[in-house]
Amino acid sequence: MQNKTITQLAEGLRAKEFSSVELTQHFLNRISQHADLNAYITVTADQALQAAQLADVRIASGNAEILTGIPMAHKDIFCTQDVKTTCGSKMLDNFIAPYNATVVEKLNAAGAVNLGKLNMDEFAMGSSNETSFYGAVKNPWNKNAVAGGSSGGSAAAVAAQLAVCVTGTDTGGSIRQPAAFCGVSGIKPTYGRVSRFGMIAYASSLDQGGSMARSAQDCAILLQSMAGFDAKDSTSVDVPVPDYCADLDKPLTGLKIGLPKEFFTADLNADMAKTLDAAIEEYKKLGADIKEISMPNLKYAIPAYYVIASAECSSNLSRYDGVRFGYRCENPADLNDLYTRSRGEAFGKEVKRRILMGTYALSAGYYDAYYLKAQQVRRLISEDFKQALNEVDVIFSPVTPTPAFNIGEKLANPIEMYLADIYTIAINLAGLPAMSIPAGFIGGLPVGLQLIGNYFDEARLLNVAHAYQQVTNWHTQTLSL
Amino acid sequence: MNTQWEAVIGLEIHTQLATKSKIFSGASTTYGAEPNTQACVISLGMPGVLPVLNEDAVHKAVIFGMAINAEIAPYSVFARKNYFYPDLPKGYQISQFELPIVGKGFLDIEVDGETKRVGVTRAHLEEDAGKSLHENFHGLSGIDLNRAGTPLLEIVSEPDMRSAKEAVAYMRKLHELVRYLEICDGNMQEGSFRCDANVSVRPKGQAEFGTRAEIKNINSFKFVEKAINHEIERQIELIESGGKVVQETRLYDSVKDETRSMRSKEEANDYRYFPDPDLLPVFISDELKAQVKALLPELPEEKKLRFKTDYQLNDESATILTSSRDLANYFEEVVKLSHCESIICANWITGELSAALNRADLDISDSPIDATRFAGLVARIADDTISGKIGKQVFEFLWNSTDSADDIIEKQGLKQITDTGAIESIIDTILAANEKQAQQYRDGNEKMFGFFVGQVMKAMQGKGNPAEINKILKVKLS
Repeated sequence: MQNKTITQLAEGLRAKEFSSVELTQHFLNRISQHADLNAYITVTADQALQAAQLADVRIASGNAEILTGIPMAHKDIFCTQDVKTTCGSKMLDNFIAPYNATVVEKLNAAGAVNLGKLNMDEFAMGSSNETSFYGAVKNPWNKNAVAGGSSGGSAAAVAAQLAVCVTGTDTGGSIRQPAAFCGVSGIKPTYGRVSRFGMIAYASSLDQGGSMARSAQDCAILLQSMAGFDAKDSTSVDVPVPDYCADLDKPLTGLKIGLPKEFFTADLNADMAKTLDAAIEEYKKLGADIKEISMPNLKYAIPAYYVIASAECSSNLSRYDGVRFGYRCENPADLNDLYTRSRGEAFGKEVKRRILMGTYALSAGYYDAYYLKAQQVRRLISEDFKQALNEVDVIFSPVTPTPAFNIGEKLANPIEMYLADIYTIAINLAGLPAMSIPAGFIGGLPVGLQLIGNYFDEARLLNVAHAYQQVTNWHTQTLSL
Repeated sequence: MNTQWEAVIGLEIHTQLATKSKIFSGASTTYGAEPNTQACVISLGMPGVLPVLNEDAVHKAVIFGMAINAEIAPYSVFARKNYFYPDLPKGYQISQFELPIVGKGFLDIEVDGETKRVGVTRAHLEEDAGKSLHENFHGLSGIDLNRAGTPLLEIVSEPDMRSAKEAVAYMRKLHELVRYLEICDGNMQEGSFRCDANVSVRPKGQAEFGTRAEIKNINSFKFVEKAINHEIERQIELIESGGKVVQETRLYDSVKDETRSMRSKEEANDYRYFPDPDLLPVFISDELKAQVKALLPELPEEKKLRFKTDYQLNDESATILTSSRDLANYFEEVVKLSHCESIICANWITGELSAALNRADLDISDSPIDATRFAGLVARIADDTISGKIGKQVFEFLWNSTDSADDIIEKQGLKQITDTGAIESIIDTILAANEKQAQQYRDGNEKMFGFFVGQVMKAMQGKGNPAEINKILKVKLS
């Protein structure tokens, strides 16, 4: 049952081959069987079964939507009313959200069954899921390897078939990198496409929610229910959401694919280059034209990102002060003690590192040199992309320099960890939509291909990904778990 | 000694904008609710919440900007002011920093009969913090976040004022203006209108400013004057005794009438301002400006001028009647409804009615006599149905009932007697009874005329028409 697509499951539910309760129970069983992967922080079995029961009634009454009764799960960054919402941090280990994120609200309304809350790097800060207060998520393909981050739990849950589809968020690659590491598909839509209301902020100008699943088609179905303008989020954009499934089968004849020469250099890992070449060959066969493009400012993406993201997070995380919710230290002596110990005891190392970097970058005397300069770089990078996307329809690149590394391997060297995000970060700075799809294996571990599209043109990306998945079977490779 | 020094004063005034909901959420702004009952998830700064700008707050800021002839920024930006305090839920206050919504403008004030122009540097939108309560919590502090997120317009003046008196005149003028514009209720006890004062002194004739001290949160006109005067004296004494003023924030203690140091420049926070990524820049179009301009009420200055020309009022009456929009409207309504001379209306409103309102501590909008009933009274005085004296009696009845002036006059039999026959026969009776006094008058004691008027009025229970009485008495006594 876990091998089926959303469409197949929806048909099965309508044909009464199985009920949503049965389907949900099946996934709940799998979750407990594979608890060692550490993909979930919280499993909401009772609520899930209740929701499944309601879904069955709704399906029987004939007014179900495609996601009605489909077991899915949320990254633990989305607030879920009356359910613990931790953001992977000790700071929120006791936090029961009093409201639903807009994304959660929309999926509840669609009748999707929420199995629980997925593990993630603390406050989405990390590329390996090792910064989670709840421990690293294991890569289902090799339990010594990381699942990637920050949506590591999301990617692992899809790969290990512990949910049909999941939500994730992406600030610098947090959907795409774990998707690539775990061999699943994931889309980060255009900034402003999916409401951020109730999505716990890391870096507000970069954070964007998206969908992850076993195919581009399933990503499209889930994203369809998540996307759209939300009056509660001033940065969400009021652009109509097209039917993401309508154009999935559009032929790729004449599609112009750009390859940034800055990404396809001699430095690129030889196996990775070979894998991507093979994917590009497939696209040529599908009728696409390949063009080399140049984006000279890409090299500044990582420093600009770490200045901007850190600056924003230093401010966003100020609300965790031990006063109103979350962790509070024992017996504070005075106000200062309450602040310093609550924050000192509950934030992890990586979070503290970024708060400190961001505080520094915003300080009087440094603001112009760091924050302002980084914003200027950001504009240049956006211009590079805009220009490139005038010439081509989509841009291809690797998602990661290598397949998943081992747990513990890069923990001691944050810079090396940051550099692993080189291919994904610039896209967030530009606010563009991008996807990661499975494109092969290196040493038994999956690797991905990144597709970058134009603003609000997620439909094109999904179409380009889907076409590839019709002629290849990397995305259907299944673990015998 | 003091004459050789000159004070330099600038004010920062926080006006609470009278919007129904908070600046970035739908929570109510009503004052005085049970603690934390008006704190929604956004007011509480819960994880994941986002601000959405209240359009009405923006409009009110634009209205203010236009009223002080300021530049309205076509593009303004909200910024985060980062600092930790328990009543600041998010650990930052959303404010405006580099690009405020209202730019340079000015306000003319009058001090000792002279007009002076005070520059306004800027006015920016921001959210208020909550309240910390340190008493009755047994060593702990109570936090009330009802106020958190209430919209404020911080109005920053140029350092153009040279005395506490000027500062108070400016503050009063601003207070009057924001109420006039109906953008702020002006309630100082409830903190709707608060003032910080920047004060420095310099030798007269020196161009450079001295080092300034900022006095925080002074919430009455009286305290502003006292606090500034106290601070000026403190600085002068300090310099004259060889000391130096340090840049610092000081707190005014109204009980001890002194200011004391709160924190020095070195201890000042680095607020790490940066543009709030959760909010879009605010664009003010020419269309919006035109719309607001069309809705802009007549300002106090313009209205006063119009009252003087259109209604032939003197400066004093015009000033009183235009001191609030409600009072001015009341006056104009009375003039219109009574169809009588504006000066009579003005005199009765600024006289009898204002006095009664003052005694009862009521605002014109709560007056027990509405404009229609008041116009009824004035009309009867103007057409001689009743005398001014009887008018005062009718006024008392109006104040204490809901009857119209006409009903009161009728019921109480207060109608003025203008029937010359009736007046003549009463005068004849009185002259006959007071032969001696009549002779005294005829012998040249003119004071006796008043005596007879009084006697006739008394006999007529005050209802005789004074002009008629005078006329007939003059004839009979000659």
